[in-house]
Amino acid sequence: MKKLMILIFLLTQIFTVAYAGQAKPLADDPALEARLKAMSQELRCLVCQNSTLADSDAPLAADLRNEIRTQMRAGKSDQEIIDYLVARYGDFVLYRPPVNSNTVLLWFGPFLLLLVGGFVLYRALKKQAGGQDIQAEDE
Amino acid sequence: MIPFIGELSLILAFIFAIVQGTLPLAGVWKNKTTLMNLAVPTARIQSLLILISFAVLMYSFYANDFSVLYVASTSNSQLPTMYRLAAVWGGHEGSMLLWVAILSIWTIAVTMFANNLPNTFKIRLIAVMGLVSVGFLAFILFTSNPFDRLIPAALDGRDLNPLLQDPGMVFHPPVLYMGYVGFSVAFAFAIAALLDGRLDNAWARWTRPWTTVAWMFLTLGIAFGSKWAYYELGWGGWWFWDAVENASFMPWLVGTALIHSLAVTEKRGAFKVWTVLLSICAFSLSLLGTFLVRSGVLTSVHAFATDPSRGLFILLYLVIVIGGALLLFALRAPNVGLGEKFDVVSRESFLLANNVVLAVAAGSVLLGTMYPLLIDALGGGKISVGPPYFDAVFVAIMAPGLFLMGLGPLAKWKKASIPEIGTRLKLAAVISVVSALLVPSVLGKISLMVTVGVFIGVWIVSTTLILLQNRIKTKQIAGSSLIDNFKAIPLAFYGMLLAHLGIGVFVLGVTLVKGYESEQDLRMEVNDVAKIGDLSFTFQGAQKIQGPNYTSSQGRFIVSEDGKQIALLYPEKRFYPVQGATMTEADIEPGVFKDLYVSLGEPLEKGAWSVRIYIKPFVQWIWAGCIIMALGGLLALLDKRYRIANKNMAAKTEEAF
Amino acid sequence: MNRTLKFLIPLALFLVAVGFLTKGLFLNPREVPSPLVGKPAPPFTAPILGEAGKRFNSADMKGQVWLLNVWASWCVACREEHPLLMEMAQTKRIVMHGLAYKDIDAESQQVLIAMGNPYNKVITDPDGKIGIDYGVYGVPETYLIDKAGIIRYKHIGPLTPEILLTKIVPLLKELGV
Repeated sequence: MKKLMILIFLLTQIFTVAYAGQAKPLADDPALEARLKAMSQELRCLVCQNSTLADSDAPLAADLRNEIRTQMRAGKSDQEIIDYLVARYGDFVLYRPPVNSNTVLLWFGPFLLLLVGGFVLYRALKKQAGGQDIQAEDE
Repeated sequence: MIPFIGELSLILAFIFAIVQGTLPLAGVWKNKTTLMNLAVPTARIQSLLILISFAVLMYSFYANDFSVLYVASTSNSQLPTMYRLAAVWGGHEGSMLLWVAILSIWTIAVTMFANNLPNTFKIRLIAVMGLVSVGFLAFILFTSNPFDRLIPAALDGRDLNPLLQDPGMVFHPPVLYMGYVGFSVAFAFAIAALLDGRLDNAWARWTRPWTTVAWMFLTLGIAFGSKWAYYELGWGGWWFWDAVENASFMPWLVGTALIHSLAVTEKRGAFKVWTVLLSICAFSLSLLGTFLVRSGVLTSVHAFATDPSRGLFILLYLVIVIGGALLLFALRAPNVGLGEKFDVVSRESFLLANNVVLAVAAGSVLLGTMYPLLIDALGGGKISVGPPYFDAVFVAIMAPGLFLMGLGPLAKWKKASIPEIGTRLKLAAVISVVSALLVPSVLGKISLMVTVGVFIGVWIVSTTLILLQNRIKTKQIAGSSLIDNFKAIPLAFYGMLLAHLGIGVFVLGVTLVKGYESEQDLRMEVNDVAKIGDLSFTFQGAQKIQGPNYTSSQGRFIVSEDGKQIALLYPEKRFYPVQGATMTEADIEPGVFKDLYVSLGEPLEKGAWSVRIYIKPFVQWIWAGCIIMALGGLLALLDKRYRIANKNMAAKTEEAF
Repeated sequence: MNRTLKFLIPLALFLVAVGFLTKGLFLNPREVPSPLVGKPAPPFTAPILGEAGKRFNSADMKGQVWLLNVWASWCVACREEHPLLMEMAQTKRIVMHGLAYKDIDAESQQVLIAMGNPYNKVITDPDGKIGIDYGVYGVPETYLIDKAGIIRYKHIGPLTPEILLTKIVPLLKELGV
């Protein structure tokens, strides 16, 4: 009888410990989940179109995340998985557009603009600067 | 009957706007005083009529008049009153009416406070604003009439999108539009000046306060929107580089550039062509933003009302307004003189270098926003340009500009010396480098992004403080107290200091939250504890609650730090039956150093829930920075030089005598 | 550069932008063209609805031109195109298989009983795996696959008589059907 009491006591102990337990990560494999998160934050959800695959609640987004998980478990590299998605949905899924002939202007345009702007400003300032007689002015 | 009054006043407003936009201009041209004198009264009547029509629409929402199609499609009798009123701008037709209503407020303000202007200039200014209004009123009346009737009336409305049922909806759109539309005043100033052939220092001085007010509202409006996204969308994002966000950000960048180039033009009469172009661009980008949102050419969360005929109409309007302005610019700009000379190294040059950076940054955002459309139109297929692109390019462009921001204000007007500035900033450089090295190692993770970000943030703050100290020293009059010295400095200077400090605070916030935010996806049973660092989050279960127009599962979390309770959080998962939509309402404990952010995912078995917990360090600094910037604008506005209201009073007193 | 010309640059840039915006108004930003067009249709085998134990093998379709129509009982837009699919089926001009995407068999069957069955076979894809392979992102979607197993055309959204006449029928003629 006493043994049984102890057993019950132990069981309830175990039970309460499990009850007020540590929160468990939602995923079995947090490392894989972190990798998924990093990748899916740069991918566009096709259904709601204005959120990332990571943040979207759409069922297709969940399916695609699962597909990525499966492929990650199968040992595919990030690039292989991205290639897989691009082959099906096109460059549209990439929030970071790849550098290619279509996007040269996109990626380098701003810096070209900065160079041109700097050059134009320099020319204009040269024109505005006159002679030696300019004195500094306080407020 | 009542909605009819709204429609009628809108039609009358349209007629008055046509008069306001044409006859006074003809009057100035033909030198006919009777026609010129029409400007102010027609502008005021036009504006009042629009405001009446706006009030009528508000009443229709308040009174649940579902015989108005627009009310029936964006409201519901169960919707709380506050949101029923905000629902006025919850859809396409109403947001367009809000646009013109805000234009009316600006128009009335111009008729009342712009009394220090020469008469013909003021008349042209008001007429140009009338023309802007004509186009928008036509757009509303012909394609998007908010007073269209629904016969028979609907029994109940289709409800406001639950995403928009939030206090943010009450403030964000009106404040944002105050900024957006406010640039129409700077635009009208530019057009009036081009028409008048008087682009000079005085023109810049008149434009400055109006631009500053608009900029202030735009800053606050964007900040509100960002804050709203942060708590409403449930995943703690605060900026997504969405097309609509970009549409509000581009005018902000150009408006910021404008404020700085106006300073150069006012001081030196120089770079007038550039300044006038910026005035045109700031408003053009606001209009372009409206086009992008309303036409649906870009996919966007906000494009809830899309229609190609509306798109064509706005596009035509853009061509007339922006195309016309740029044509006038091309005709008049070649005759504008150079203004006073200044050295290549001077305060003026720094201000203009800042302009190049800001304009290029705005150009890059425009390029990124429009690029998918560009490639699609050229048959290159569909691509997406998203946050990874903007983060990379925008930061690379802005970082050198932000560094220059520390140097510029210390440079002397007309002719500055770089070695001199260097000596003054030694201390700031040391502080910034030390913080940039120290902060990441203290916070535990070192990355280039954080190092550079902290350096720039601290650099801006410390150079700004040194600037203040310098200013007090140079202005010191023998025998005067420190307080007198503080008082001797004009408010505009303090305004500049604050605005720059705000940028520094903002940069620090962005850097630290990006570098050190953490996120946990957890499965929590009742009484489960999640430990994150020194913090523990205890989940006490979720209960059903009934809201006014939704049902909700409300979770209860106790957050404690080192065993002491510091917060109680109640995140919710709401269901809105009318639209059949589920919303995640996160709950946040904001703090100076970190926000605790909990959002409920899905219910799992046995009362357990999937839960997301975020720790967002320094995230509040982002919005605090924006508010400080806006306060800076306010101080600058109160400066004696720009007391438009006072001058108005003076003019009135003169009249009285 | 000529002084006046320089000041026309902003106007010129603006007009170029207007050109693109006008073009943009007539493009659909939500339609993502499939990169699979012109590529071999991803192979699959899957259970056939209502034929327990039998599996459909896409390889068996080699040598035939056929349509793959992705649909589901829960998809409202699919009902819109259903009558058109029924008409197409009556002409018996082309083989059309349905893919019941993320659907429950009983519910798929119920719809087909209620509205008629335009499909030669209905392939089931309860977990949406085949859908992902085909890049499905919004049902209904329709794929036209040629004798060599190459996807020749994809339509996203409900089929309309216009799409049928202007896009699909000419392609079928070209493919000798």
